[in-house]
Amino acid sequence: MGKGKKKLPEVPAASLADIAFMLLIFFLVATQMNVDNGLERRLPQWVEEEQETDVDVNERNVFVVLVNRNNDLLVENEWSSVADLREKAKEFMANPNDDPNLPEKELKDIPLFGPTMVSKGVISLQNDRDTKYEMYIAVQNELVGAINDLRNELALSKFGKTFEKCDEEQQEAIKDIYPQKISEAEPKKVGGEK
Amino acid sequence: MSKFRKDDNKELPPISTASLPDVVFMLLFFFMVVVQMRDVSLMVKVKVPEATEVDKIEKKSLVSYIYIGEPLQQYRKVYGTASRIQLNDKWAGVNDIQDFIVVEREARDEAERPQMITALKVDENTKMGIVADVKTELRKAAALHILYSSRKVSELAK
Repeated sequence: MGKGKKKLPEVPAASLADIAFMLLIFFLVATQMNVDNGLERRLPQWVEEEQETDVDVNERNVFVVLVNRNNDLLVENEWSSVADLREKAKEFMANPNDDPNLPEKELKDIPLFGPTMVSKGVISLQNDRDTKYEMYIAVQNELVGAINDLRNELALSKFGKTFEKCDEEQQEAIKDIYPQKISEAEPKKVGGEK
Repeated sequence: MSKFRKDDNKELPPISTASLPDVVFMLLFFFMVVVQMRDVSLMVKVKVPEATEVDKIEKKSLVSYIYIGEPLQQYRKVYGTASRIQLNDKWAGVNDIQDFIVVEREARDEAERPQMITALKVDENTKMGIVADVKTELRKAAALHILYSSRKVSELAK
């Protein structure tokens, strides 16, 4: 009081830790770590009337993958397993020996590569409405993996580094040679609408 | 042996806790930066399938989520066990997806709209039928860039 030179008592800081802990625990509970991994895909544009687009695709250019309701896999009219799918898809897309049963190639002018033979192959995937999602993703994963493998091999042989490490121009060139051509048909409706 | 005499009155000084708040604050800031608010509480069971060829989404703000899976135990009495769609905090039907996309699009900057991504968080036991319906709706809404959420593994389990 008055002129007394009383110092203001120091604010106790002992509880600061408790407060900070409380905040910390709140954030631990109320938030989640970022985990956004997944297979990125582009859907085709919606067209009002699904007209039968008679794109003349030669049969040898189509790699047919069917998955039925029991999650069985039919690849090019043969029973198959998910484990074999990647090799088969790679062989189809690359067609190293110009096998007449595997897709045709056409000459294209690719930047950085010059005129290159590019496969006309298309992967066609069809599944049943009762197929399990897990199976569908496994198949998608293998098909994407096959193309990624091919791109990687090409990048390694041409540029001496993996596809991911290539710069944008190189990646674009490689993508031109091995495009991700996976077409999905509407799933078959079995047993009518539910 | 005078070193071990007990009666010399010297006590170990208590460990200072003055730096404890600093340490905790550091942890706190770390978590505040790294994590993201949990914006929805899941009402469906979602265990995303495994995949090896996963891509990572860099820009969180561009992603909108669609959850599909079996309702959790406490909702089973009302909604049964068939797979259902959850958008934000609500149950939804296939028909609601176009509206959902429109709302999500409105919420973003004009410049960001073309890069929007729809992440499908689908339980691995879901049938493809409902997923195909959702995809059709997404195509109709012109939300063509999608992401099948999956866990990254080095090798697929057989």
